[in-house]
Amino acid sequence: MTNSIAELEKDADCIFLIGTNTTENHPVIGMKIKKNVLYNKAKLIVADPRNIDLADYADVYMQHKPGTDVALLNGMMNVIINENLMDREFIENNTEGYEEMKQVVEKYTPEYASQITGVPAEDIIKAARLYAKADAASLCYAMGLTQHSTGTDNVKSCCNLAMLTGNIGRPGTGVNPLRGQNNVQGACDMGALPVVFTAYQKVIDEAPRSKFEAAWGVKLPDKNGLTLTAAINKAHEGEIKALYVMGENPMVSDPDLAHVEEALQNLEFLVVQDIFLTETAKFADVVLPAASFAEKEGTFTNTERRVQRVRKAVDPPGQAREDWKIIGDLASRMGYPMKYSSSEEIFEEIRQLTPSYAGMNYKRLEGRGLVWPCPAEDHPGTPYLHKDGKFTRGKGLFSPVEFIAPAENPDEEYPLILTTGRSLYHYHTGTMTRRSAALDKHVPENWVEISPVLAEKLKIADGERVKLATRRGSIELKALVTDGIAENVVFTLFHFAEAAANTLTNADALDPVAGIPEYKVCAARLEKII
Amino acid sequence: MVTLTINGREIQVPPGTTILEACKMNGIEIPTLCHDEDLRLAGSCRMCIVEAKGRPLLVASCVTPAEQGMEIETESPAVVEARKVILELLLARHKLECHTCEKNGDCRLQDYCYKYGVKDSRFAEGGSPKYPITDPNPFIERDYEKCIMCTRCVRACEEITVARAINVQGRGHNAKIATVFDGNLADSPCVFCGQCVMVCPVGALSSKVSAGIGRPSDIDKRVLTTCTYCGTGCTLELNVKNNRVVGVSSNRDEEWSPVNKGALCVKGRFGWDFVNSPERLTAPLIKDNGEFREASWDEALDYIAEKLANIKTAYGPDAFAFFSSARATNEENYLAQKFTRAVMGTNNIDHCARL
Repeated sequence: MTNSIAELEKDADCIFLIGTNTTENHPVIGMKIKKNVLYNKAKLIVADPRNIDLADYADVYMQHKPGTDVALLNGMMNVIINENLMDREFIENNTEGYEEMKQVVEKYTPEYASQITGVPAEDIIKAARLYAKADAASLCYAMGLTQHSTGTDNVKSCCNLAMLTGNIGRPGTGVNPLRGQNNVQGACDMGALPVVFTAYQKVIDEAPRSKFEAAWGVKLPDKNGLTLTAAINKAHEGEIKALYVMGENPMVSDPDLAHVEEALQNLEFLVVQDIFLTETAKFADVVLPAASFAEKEGTFTNTERRVQRVRKAVDPPGQAREDWKIIGDLASRMGYPMKYSSSEEIFEEIRQLTPSYAGMNYKRLEGRGLVWPCPAEDHPGTPYLHKDGKFTRGKGLFSPVEFIAPAENPDEEYPLILTTGRSLYHYHTGTMTRRSAALDKHVPENWVEISPVLAEKLKIADGERVKLATRRGSIELKALVTDGIAENVVFTLFHFAEAAANTLTNADALDPVAGIPEYKVCAARLEKII
Repeated sequence: MVTLTINGREIQVPPGTTILEACKMNGIEIPTLCHDEDLRLAGSCRMCIVEAKGRPLLVASCVTPAEQGMEIETESPAVVEARKVILELLLARHKLECHTCEKNGDCRLQDYCYKYGVKDSRFAEGGSPKYPITDPNPFIERDYEKCIMCTRCVRACEEITVARAINVQGRGHNAKIATVFDGNLADSPCVFCGQCVMVCPVGALSSKVSAGIGRPSDIDKRVLTTCTYCGTGCTLELNVKNNRVVGVSSNRDEEWSPVNKGALCVKGRFGWDFVNSPERLTAPLIKDNGEFREASWDEALDYIAEKLANIKTAYGPDAFAFFSSARATNEENYLAQKFTRAVMGTNNIDHCARL
């Protein structure tokens, strides 16, 4: 997030949610948004293919067709430019590329955008006016926006909208990705990515590489590595021979599970380090027992870039060990000594090499934690980025973005659009929540949400077991008839290994820049089980 | 500033400060049941009454602003007598089963009865309404025979979670907290965040997940940490008994719970018992002829070290990839990429940021 969570409760007087079912996936943030809307009268705009809980609180709810985010956002910008609602001063002083972006947006009249998205033109106009006229408008998104073959374009469009209206660099504004996992921000900050070291220092750049070579005392590779999705493909092709999986479960979380299974089977050597024998661990040559969050010291970085302490409450069970101890031990056995006595000692090394974390230490992290960038020990941290419209690259760059249709669209054989996501009661691949008795009792199985019209057409009753199929495979699950979804769209959860949504999803449709799979759109067919 | 006297001490507070806040700012303790700093004032339980010189009635300190020249007594004989009567009235409909109560050790009613020596109630004769425990949801036990009608749960549901699932139903002696049509929580807008459990001052609302294994009086320690689920970064307290997690509680101090101020969701508050699951991995496993067998750390790590070194030699560093974890700590992710880059010599490291 460019801005902080608290600003959504107090400072934002307009909140635009696109592709985030906040009350289910970030419940406590959802509570703050509701509070702001109900008790401070903040305006709320919701764009989502499903009529999510927050849509009931919205001033404008736009049920756009999955995968048409760019058209919707361009439509809003078209209105803002034509009605002269943009922030000219901000554009002039703080941005570049406005004219090129404007040219592209010109053809996305509300009527044209409406044709693509299925959202009535007047709602696009209303949303554009609400967002542009607000004193402080915050835009939040999550995987509903990014898990598309045009995920990067979608995010760029959000940035365009925020810059066009000067809604960046002030409290209550910003472009705010709500990140789905407790430490996904931290894993990125720490360089668990194929192209960067910590703090996004590029591996292909000489200067940071030399710095890390000096610190680690070893020559480092100078070409970019493979993303997770590419690595699975390379394993499938036989180029990746050994894979080490720490606390991940690709056999539930990755697209096209049959393809993932073949890739894992094709490996010469697979190590899985986890707290349970996951669906992925079953394919491993060696499984290592790890400690859970309750059993270790360390830090997590949340979606607003706040680094907070994790503290040990109990000992790990049996011989299970903290991940950092296992990796350190293995490295030492491979002739590269990594002898750390505590997580704090590792953190001290991190801050030496990570400019945005340089001012942090465990003592300072007590209590409220610190929000990066925090470059020095006397620096208070940075609750919102791009203050006074100053961007990392200097001026904010508008990107002209054209709408591109999703990779796989409905046809005669697979006439529906399948989109996937999470439930409030489960988390990701279910490794933890499905072993939490109350959560699993409350929501024990997967379902597919279908509209009453579709149910009627296919003669499917609420609660009936149905078969959901795509070109990759099929699963059997319960039908949930709801009027919150469009007639040709169906939604299912991806937590359940026994009816795994990712059996159905498309591994070939990736965003060309980010490599993110198009989980939110693929063509599907629903069948009654006879 | 307003100058007033509390228990003979002259105190200055900003205008608009309530007597309760003035007492708190000056370290004077006042018992409260319905009052909660994060919720709108109810002024209903009357536990916080104090004596204000010159006023004919005792005043509820939580809703009475401090005024210039006020002379307040917080534990005068009249105040103490009134509090005892109030406690007796509350006890008249509170099922007394402290010995098996999940709230034992953290119950305000118990604490105040102890403080003021109130053992039983003179007002219990007419009996109390019977509310059988019937809600089958797996998260929240609703025992309304212990409810003292402070309405903190109603206000928390409305003001913190904004679910508005519960409210007061009925009048007087028969008043009760209920969902619309007095049904089960699962059939209401309830999202099972348990903010109601967090604010309940007695044992009317408690966690079914902790039932029978971790009442407050038995807990060894509460360890402040960061939630393991979504990216919001809520602070929570793991309740520990005999080296075992037995529950989750809230720290409501913003200085220690900066993101959520104690508020949690259903996963954070009730989804912790996977930690104790009998399915947890407890030893390294090596696959021999398609079957896993337990191994020592030495054997497992030496085996991995040898295999990875061989693969690196045979196929080069880029034949290796590491999937790190968005559930692991920063320190662990740092070591994962260091291992991949410095030891294996490849940049093939990623995690599920895209998934």
